[in-house]
Amino acid sequence: MNTASELTRWTAAEMAAAVAAGEVSAVELTTAHLERIARTDVQVRAFLHVARDSALAAASAVDAKRASGQPLGSLAGVPLALKDVFTTADMPTTCGSRILAGWQPPYDATIVNRLRSADVVILGKTNMDEFAMGSSTENSAFGPSHNPWDLSRVPGGSSGGSAAAVAAYQAPLGIGTDTGGSIRQPAAVCGLVGVKPTYGGSSRYGLVAFASSLDTPGPLTRTVLDAALLHEAISGHDSCDSTSLDAPVPRVVAAAKNADVAGLRIGVVAELSGDGYASGVLTRFNDAVELLESLGAKVTEVSCPHFGYALPAYYLIAPSECSSNLARFDAMRYGLRIGDDGTASAEQVMSQTRAAGFGAEVKRRIMLGTYALSSGYYDAYYGKAQQVRTLIAGDFAAAFEQVDVLVSPTTPTTAFPIGERADNPMAMYLADLCTIPCNLAGNAALSVPCGLAPEDRLPVGLQIMAPVLADDRLYRVGAAVEGALDQRRGYRFLEDASGIDESDDATGEAGR
Amino acid sequence: MSITRDEVAHLARLSRLDLGDDELERFAGQLDVIISAVAKVQEVAAAGIPPTTHAVAVTNVFREDVLYPCLSADSALAQAPASEEGFFKVPRILAED
Repeated sequence: MNTASELTRWTAAEMAAAVAAGEVSAVELTTAHLERIARTDVQVRAFLHVARDSALAAASAVDAKRASGQPLGSLAGVPLALKDVFTTADMPTTCGSRILAGWQPPYDATIVNRLRSADVVILGKTNMDEFAMGSSTENSAFGPSHNPWDLSRVPGGSSGGSAAAVAAYQAPLGIGTDTGGSIRQPAAVCGLVGVKPTYGGSSRYGLVAFASSLDTPGPLTRTVLDAALLHEAISGHDSCDSTSLDAPVPRVVAAAKNADVAGLRIGVVAELSGDGYASGVLTRFNDAVELLESLGAKVTEVSCPHFGYALPAYYLIAPSECSSNLARFDAMRYGLRIGDDGTASAEQVMSQTRAAGFGAEVKRRIMLGTYALSSGYYDAYYGKAQQVRTLIAGDFAAAFEQVDVLVSPTTPTTAFPIGERADNPMAMYLADLCTIPCNLAGNAALSVPCGLAPEDRLPVGLQIMAPVLADDRLYRVGAAVEGALDQRRGYRFLEDASGIDESDDATGEAGR
Repeated sequence: MSITRDEVAHLARLSRLDLGDDELERFAGQLDVIISAVAKVQEVAAAGIPPTTHAVAVTNVFREDVLYPCLSADSALAQAPASEEGFFKVPRILAED
């Protein structure tokens, strides 16, 4: 008999195998994780909505399916934390915004459909920066989530709730979205594996849009193999998303099991290091590069001369698309409506509702996008940013002529204290310095833990970047790094996370 | 100074954001810093470089012209702030004079 706290430490792969073999029931697994959430979420604040009843019902259905001999989905009975940006017909969807507080969507996102088809048990919806705009969850209208390595620090963002939940053993699987780094950056600072698949590899249907040409759903997990299993479960062509790629899903599970980098050509991006990078981040990054070399990879330095322009281009393109996408929140068909006193006009009601319903960062980006798209400024800002986007894609194309994958630190620093950057938008934007180029070019990227920064004992992420639809290479390299570091350490990386007070005194708070 | 408080007030009107004076003041300072930083794109981009609008271009996306179920009127209206006789009910859209 397994105790509930042991169960939550298993990998998703172990859980799926145990459910399929009948060694543990889906209801047991789900109950263990719901208990873990009840014990720890008062400290972590990962969830906006815990769907206890529907999770237990989904788990019972999996157990009944197995009992009657029906075939099970690939991740049958495995619990998952879902970012609150995907529509769910049986749970509210708020996007971390007051303007959608309590909104109950009428349909499921494609990602949600695929999770249900794989017999995954969705535990609830996780916290995020409002409409996915931010790098810390501090822009959530419902308060920040906390990093399980150090509760006084941010878990990253915008998918910080999903990352905090997985790092706190509240769920083995998390789903996030990555527009400028919103999966990889929280993965790096919470000591997890996070993947931004190739743009168009995972469907955006039912994902509440921030910047449509960049938004990409993907996995957040504790191991590379778990990420691969989730990646395969959610990916593939969707006729409901006109940007979905009608191409075979890269064989990421096989690649994660292969984990062989002998002879692989790896390029270190010269432009993604130096000033502004924490010394501990660079130390661990350099160690990881040496490790890859010792495993037989051929490492060279590669220059991507336009990457320095990626951040400014992103902060024109993403706000421009956001200003257009968020026009749908007009107080007419769903969401908040304020000031409708029978005399105010629709336009007055709209302006009052949006001023009250959106937080500061969302307002800043809507106005920045409106500025960049205004006649007179369009060519100088939005037009130029789109040209930079072409140059960045060209840098990648040239680099991938010389090497199979590129590597860099995932973030310039480790997790920063809650509040430190809240009033300084530009400082916050720098958290995505290394991750943005892949969003602009649409290619795939993964962050895998590569150790603790010596100065603060906080996790550092290694970013691996691969060409469009070569997502499998990420998993080969990621699994090689993870396997070698786990072997050297003798235990899994996340076992060093000790920010959560596990004593019974601390958990008593849940009942208050 | 790349953007003034009056320009921010204009942007707020275009964006349908009914902002207070203190917000306009704060956003003007912040947007000034951000716009100065993003103007860096003007250093590199020259004439002749084609713009990229989508990360991975897909053209001519069609589907078979067949009927499939869509939202019912009831479920579409279920979360409306106000509705009447199967329609969304909205505040007046015309001025009184």
